[in-house]
Amino acid sequence: MSSRSLFLAVLLREFKISLTQKTDIATIFFFFLIVASLFPFAVGPDTGSLRTVGPGVVWVAALLSSLLALHRMFEGDFIDGSLEQFLLSGEPLVLIVVSKIFAHWLFTTLPIVILSPFVGMQFGISSEASWIMALTLLIGTPVLSLIGSVGAALTLGVRSGAALTALLILPLYIPVLIFGVGGTVAALQGVETTGHFSILLAFLCLSLALCPLATSAALKIALE
Amino acid sequence: MEWGSLQNFIDMGGYGLYVWGSYLVTLFAIAIEIFSLREK
Amino acid sequence: MRFWKYSTPQNFYPAAKKIAAVFFVLALCFGIPGLYIGFFVAPTDHQQGEAYRIIFIHVPAAWMSMFIYVVMAFWAAVGLILNTRLSSMLAQALAPTGALMTFLALWTGAFWGRPTWGTWWVWDARLTSELVLLFLYVGFIALRASIEDPRRADKASAILAIVGVVNVPIIYFSVKWWNTLHQGASVSLTKAPSMASDMLLGMLLMALSFWMYSIAVSMLRVRKIIRDRERNSGWLNN
Repeated sequence: MSSRSLFLAVLLREFKISLTQKTDIATIFFFFLIVASLFPFAVGPDTGSLRTVGPGVVWVAALLSSLLALHRMFEGDFIDGSLEQFLLSGEPLVLIVVSKIFAHWLFTTLPIVILSPFVGMQFGISSEASWIMALTLLIGTPVLSLIGSVGAALTLGVRSGAALTALLILPLYIPVLIFGVGGTVAALQGVETTGHFSILLAFLCLSLALCPLATSAALKIALE
Repeated sequence: MEWGSLQNFIDMGGYGLYVWGSYLVTLFAIAIEIFSLREK
Repeated sequence: MRFWKYSTPQNFYPAAKKIAAVFFVLALCFGIPGLYIGFFVAPTDHQQGEAYRIIFIHVPAAWMSMFIYVVMAFWAAVGLILNTRLSSMLAQALAPTGALMTFLALWTGAFWGRPTWGTWWVWDARLTSELVLLFLYVGFIALRASIEDPRRADKASAILAIVGVVNVPIIYFSVKWWNTLHQGASVSLTKAPSMASDMLLGMLLMALSFWMYSIAVSMLRVRKIIRDRERNSGWLNN
């Protein structure tokens, strides 16, 4: 099987599975909305303070939703034995992993990215800055999924896996959070944002090159 | 460095709480670590 | 090869006890003069008064916290690549000491910060990175603890340590950049007291002492790990 058709085959498979788990995906989507909506109650409805915390709130909410969705990435395949079949198939596991991560991002996180500018506007962020925030999320959230895949693979079949994944992965999310929020804040202040985008893209390239390797190594360990 | 008296030494020029708060916690942590690794 | 003989837990177990004893003695040999210089030779700092004497444990703890993480990741990686059990045990033994050093660096940092900058905690780049380092240690220990099979725990935690060691510089520079952006909240930590040579000597001796202590105590912990893991293999009881 060529790499491209393998990639697409896994993607299609993930899409079909996602269609059977629509409520799962909807839950993650609404989790994002609810977490973001909690903050006006916490900091007060005053537009000024909401605008200050807005970019951070939307980013943290997106980050937590992405974390919440992580267990979906490999757990089902691990339990029903498909993961073992992937490994035995002789096809490159790294490629399957990349495809699965991409599918995971596409079905659980992309809807959040698309919704994010509207949530941003709720926080009094100007529409231009909101779109820039969506763009930082568009580049930043795949990095979160890539890093998260390592944690999801390491904690497969481990007790209290979800809490443990959070503990392992959240510290590694900090750089993405810093530059994602930084880019949005820069846009709000009318400052040049290319630097932030360059660094986010660098994070994306680096994690795309390294994380799938670590994830497939972790999956092999989990299946031993 | 001449401290003059034990009182001055403990007082650490008014910073006793901070200096000894650091040193005693360090000592305590090391003691716990070694104690937890003792061989019966 | 004599050296390789010690790469099995069985042969290393008695050797570790001797190494631990030697390095505990070395830790005292550096630590006692270090403390003596720190408290009785080094002069009062003209800016910070006596509060600066925390430096003699703060800086060594901070150095060791970072150094141990790298050494831990190194041994974990060796264990993963060469499939040597003892290397993974060394990594496992270093983690709690590394976490302890990180905790001490944070604790003494807070006790130093309070009198010198008037606050227990600032979101300074170094303090924040040190806090993240503590989280990385806790993650490593927690992952190990939640995997039943020790060999699987060795390998999984090795991957985590390698991922962590790649991320530490990225986190540090991101946090540093973030911190310079928000000048309001930061206090300049880089203004260390102008170091008299006695202060520097005391600090270096204490750093050596912490280093020797870390080796000694992780040798004791390796013994504990070997006892736990080889409980059923028979040779321990002889």
